[in-house]
Amino acid sequence: MQITVIINHRQVTLDVQPDDFLVDTLREQGLYSVRRGCDTSCCGLCTIWLNGKPTLSCSTLSFRANGQHITTIEGLRHEAEEFAGVLATEGADQCGYCSPGFILTVLAMKRELVNPTEADIVHYLTGNLCRCTGYQGQLRAIKKYLGVIE
Amino acid sequence: MFTLLTVAQPDTLEAAYKVLKEKKSNAVLGGCAYLRLGSQKINTGVDLSKLGLRYIKDSASSIEIGAMTGLRDIETNVALNNYADGLLPKAAANIIGVQFRNVVTVGASVFMRYGFSDVITALLALDTEVELVKGGQMTLAAFLDTPRSKDILTKIVINKTKGHAAYQSLRNSASDYPLLTVAVSQLDGEWKIAVGARPTRAKLAMQAATLLGQAGNDMTAVIVEQAVQAAVGELSFGDNRRASAAYRQVVAETLIKRAVAEVVACR
Repeated sequence: MQITVIINHRQVTLDVQPDDFLVDTLREQGLYSVRRGCDTSCCGLCTIWLNGKPTLSCSTLSFRANGQHITTIEGLRHEAEEFAGVLATEGADQCGYCSPGFILTVLAMKRELVNPTEADIVHYLTGNLCRCTGYQGQLRAIKKYLGVIE
Repeated sequence: MFTLLTVAQPDTLEAAYKVLKEKKSNAVLGGCAYLRLGSQKINTGVDLSKLGLRYIKDSASSIEIGAMTGLRDIETNVALNNYADGLLPKAAANIIGVQFRNVVTVGASVFMRYGFSDVITALLALDTEVELVKGGQMTLAAFLDTPRSKDILTKIVINKTKGHAAYQSLRNSASDYPLLTVAVSQLDGEWKIAVGARPTRAKLAMQAATLLGQAGNDMTAVIVEQAVQAAVGELSFGDNRRASAAYRQVVAETLIKRAVAEVVACR
């Protein structure tokens, strides 16, 4: 079936199978920042924005994106680079595999929450798992980036 | 991974139900997060996303939630947060993560009668009805007791009554399924105690609720303890990888006590 989606502000028409999921469809378009992690809707690695909302691409059927806006980290390059720089300064990434999904979730949180507390930040990021870091460096980086005052 | 041969996107509920009934292997597509974990072979998936079922409508007497409404929308909705101490949003808030809650729908969670469902536990402690295309309107409790059949859940209706409610759950880790869920309410003077993830689906502890109701404004620790023991006596608990039946029972006693204390403190 054919779908028309707006990916990172660019309209594209794609042929998809009814049971294709967005993670595969987007990777076929060369958007390799979108990664498959747990494949059980738990880890957040595959996070994209669907109409501005953080969504699991591994669990969203591609046909449902017809007529919708999809944003990956490739479409938020400058903002993502700014936050990624803060992450690096805080020693908050190691293998980097979880980073694209994590950064997209943080940027969505920045838009959605006003003056989040540390508890708000931790709660919002519950769906982004990292096997490497223990999350402390990431939390420091987010608080620094958002200017959260203790 | 499930397979899906074709997709139908009907414009009316009648058309959706007709397609659903055409073949045994046809199925409704909700959020699809749980469906994708299985290996079902679906001939035609009935997609409900063009039927305008994604809404939350607040009125003086009720809150109506369309079946395709996401759990994140429920979590952040002002009307739901202002009703019954935000019971339903509190129940939804601990489910995996924000991205997951943007995918899964309340209709799928309720229709599938998932044992692990936080939202079913919370809804059961409220005055909740469901509406189905074939089955019509019925209380949530009655719906949960009916065997699953081919039907389409269209909306959930929470009838508003004055009172308070509290939600408790226990998980081994933050983004895991709960090993037990409890919702307690006192609405219009009537107590309800719902316990879910037993690991089977949520059920009301009727005798325990009656005991609390008889106490009126003279709630004592002794009466609460009697109600807790009545609740764990009338409900069954089972083993699974997350917890044993014995552990679940002990946890239920604690969570019910905490939830009752929270409701009493709010009165």
